[in-house]
Amino acid sequence: MSVMNRHKFLEKHTGPLIASILVVVAIGGLIEIAPLFYVENTIEEVDGVRPYTPLELAGRDIYIREGCYTCHSQMVRPLRDEVERYGHYSLAAESMYDHPFQWGSKRTGPDLARVGGKYSDDWHRQHMIDPRSLVPGSIMPPYAFLQEKKLNTDNIMGKMRANKRVGVPYTEEQIAGAKHDLLMQAGSLYAEDYSGFEERWDGVSTPDIPNKSTITEMDAIIAYLQVLGTMVDFSTFEIETASGRDDAQSEDVASHQATDEASEG
Amino acid sequence: MTNSNHQDDTPRVDDHTGTETTGHSWDGIEELNTPLPRWWLIVFYVTIVWALIYCIFMPSFPGLPGLRNHSERANVQQQMEQVAVDRTALASQLLSDVSLEEIEQDPELFQFVMAAGKSAFGDNCATCHGIGGRGVPGYPSLADDVWLWGGTLEDIRHTITHGIRAHSDETRFSMMPSYGIDGLLSPEEIDDLAVFVSNFSSPHSNQAAIDRAAPVFEAQCSTCHGTNGQGDRSMGAPNLTDAEWLYGSDVKTIRSQIRNGRNGVMPNWGERLDETTIVALSVYVHALGGGEATTVAEAEPRDEHADAGSLAAEDNGAEQGGK
Repeated sequence: MSVMNRHKFLEKHTGPLIASILVVVAIGGLIEIAPLFYVENTIEEVDGVRPYTPLELAGRDIYIREGCYTCHSQMVRPLRDEVERYGHYSLAAESMYDHPFQWGSKRTGPDLARVGGKYSDDWHRQHMIDPRSLVPGSIMPPYAFLQEKKLNTDNIMGKMRANKRVGVPYTEEQIAGAKHDLLMQAGSLYAEDYSGFEERWDGVSTPDIPNKSTITEMDAIIAYLQVLGTMVDFSTFEIETASGRDDAQSEDVASHQATDEASEG
Repeated sequence: MTNSNHQDDTPRVDDHTGTETTGHSWDGIEELNTPLPRWWLIVFYVTIVWALIYCIFMPSFPGLPGLRNHSERANVQQQMEQVAVDRTALASQLLSDVSLEEIEQDPELFQFVMAAGKSAFGDNCATCHGIGGRGVPGYPSLADDVWLWGGTLEDIRHTITHGIRAHSDETRFSMMPSYGIDGLLSPEEIDDLAVFVSNFSSPHSNQAAIDRAAPVFEAQCSTCHGTNGQGDRSMGAPNLTDAEWLYGSDVKTIRSQIRNGRNGVMPNWGERLDETTIVALSVYVHALGGGEATTVAEAEPRDEHADAGSLAAEDNGAEQGGK
């Protein structure tokens, strides 16, 4: 009980009490805040991650608005079963332009971090309109109304400026061309200025035949889903660990297996 | 308000509970100073000690890997390499000079491939083609013997690797025109044509419409679907005379397809899946029920097919370029 009795001293003297509180809060704050100063270290340097195009950004906002993150995570964890099912584990760099990031922690539906390119656009459309027509056991609610809702394109430049303010490196040129590029990528008949689209958005190809008179929210969310997890070329990615076990490139699996075990011991 | 009864350092022991009071008293109501249970305190201190030990040995701060040098990323990489090693014996056989046909003859290999194929199919293919490949409207059944692009092992492998109308140079490509949307045919002509096409498999009473549509079919459709509607696999043009339909067999659905010209897309899996998985999937799909035997001579079946494949690819490329 002697410790408790010393505590009684603090309880009765406000000066020492304030000093003690400051010490405790400082320790807690240091542990919580200090790692943020090193956050740059935790983002891997990889090629290919670019900010979302205007259409993808609009789709991302619909994804958030509809609460997709409450059932779908976007985080392939570095565990064998997940890597075998979904593909390469997620990197911090892949969500460095997400504000907010969509990692999530609840998987009622499957993880979507690598869903881009896995299904056709038509599949996504039909699946969103009536999930059970494609996946009989699915419990996902239908989002058919997205197909009927015209996408609001008036605020796209404002959204990009807001993102720029929190660190997404949109160029003035990209922001200025936002509305055209959005219509362009969605295959709208009314995207008149075709020049510079592919230069402004690395790795985005021009749709073959523009044939849409109305761009719906469905178009935007599908564009967003189709880019998820496709930006990084993992054939050039090497893991970096302090032990130097970053031999991901090698073809010779067996010999590196031995090296790994040796370096671990 | 007084708490003057027990101001000294030895608080009163409560008679009823045998526990010390805090020494505070409000109108005679006193507060017990019940100590924390010993087991709880011990657990509490152990967790603090454990947290400190954990911080020293495990990565707990950016840039500090901890004494154990633990890395989940390194672990999973090592596990994946181990998986590759474990599967190497059989997988390397798959990728060596064994032809896809020979895989089906070898019981051990076949079993391995079917097990791998089944799980890969469930992860990647069943969402469109249905469980067991039974198909969904718009997504062909893989369990029957009707094939759009060919049902031999090599055909299937090519389709999986390069996809259909997908982002691959060798992807299978063709395009059904949107006769209605693009105004190539009048709505009346499309109505007649739908009846005409339906008539191939289920005889129709509207002979007038059939007669009117015959020259239109000859002019617009026969190039790909054949003069008798038997289809053309080199272009993925479905056989219109059988009972299997991609989108549906009723006149309304046929009309909709002529009008809109839906062109289904299958992603190219060559960049997503490794070679072993693609081989396994090819054999699995081939064995689902409708796989076709290779028709060419027994000797060097693979080379023959490779040639055929590259020829087809050139055709596809030319078609795509001219689009």
